[in-house]
Amino acid sequence: MPLLNEALRKEVRAALADVKQPVTLKIFTQAFECQYCKETRELVEEVAALSDKLSAEVYDFVKDSQVAASYGIDKVPAVAIIGKKDYGVRLYGIPAGYEFGVLIEDIRMVAQGESGLTPETRATVAKLTRPIRIQVFSTPT
Amino acid sequence: MLAHQLAIESDLITADMVEVTEFPYLGQKYDVMGVPRTVIDETIHIEGAVPESWLMKEFAKVLGKK
Repeated sequence: MPLLNEALRKEVRAALADVKQPVTLKIFTQAFECQYCKETRELVEEVAALSDKLSAEVYDFVKDSQVAASYGIDKVPAVAIIGKKDYGVRLYGIPAGYEFGVLIEDIRMVAQGESGLTPETRATVAKLTRPIRIQVFSTPT
Repeated sequence: MLAHQLAIESDLITADMVEVTEFPYLGQKYDVMGVPRTVIDETIHIEGAVPESWLMKEFAKVLGKK
């Protein structure tokens, strides 16, 4: 049984209609002892099926540890959203509820490769000289 | 999602959205009492959904640090 009902699929398909560039959803999962790994894989695969610009790839956190390391994945379930390059956009945990909207919005942004930030923000960010990790903690509601 | 927009803007920024109930040890480590909570570079903590200008004021603090 699909996780997304027909009404939601329709809505997501419409939201993804203007995605013109390929986006790859790299899903990192684990066979055992991972809450929501299976559901995350299913959910993301269902989303990927809603646009011909999207593809989903599944990796095992243990067996494909080198791939996981190359994307900086340190826990599962994880989704790396990759466009024409890896922008560093990651989701950890099942992208349900609020985070489902974030997933869809991320796909659209990554496809465009355009941050939409203000010129002031861009100028500040341009001053960075070393890698920075930002973590945003959220809950599904 | 502001953090992800920043990741797209800069090759030096990685942005993780973390569903904290699935990773309670991180909730403890970063003192997550309410969401969203943003942690920049392990040192800067921001409570709540803040506007871009506010986030960037905090973000600017990492610029001088090595």
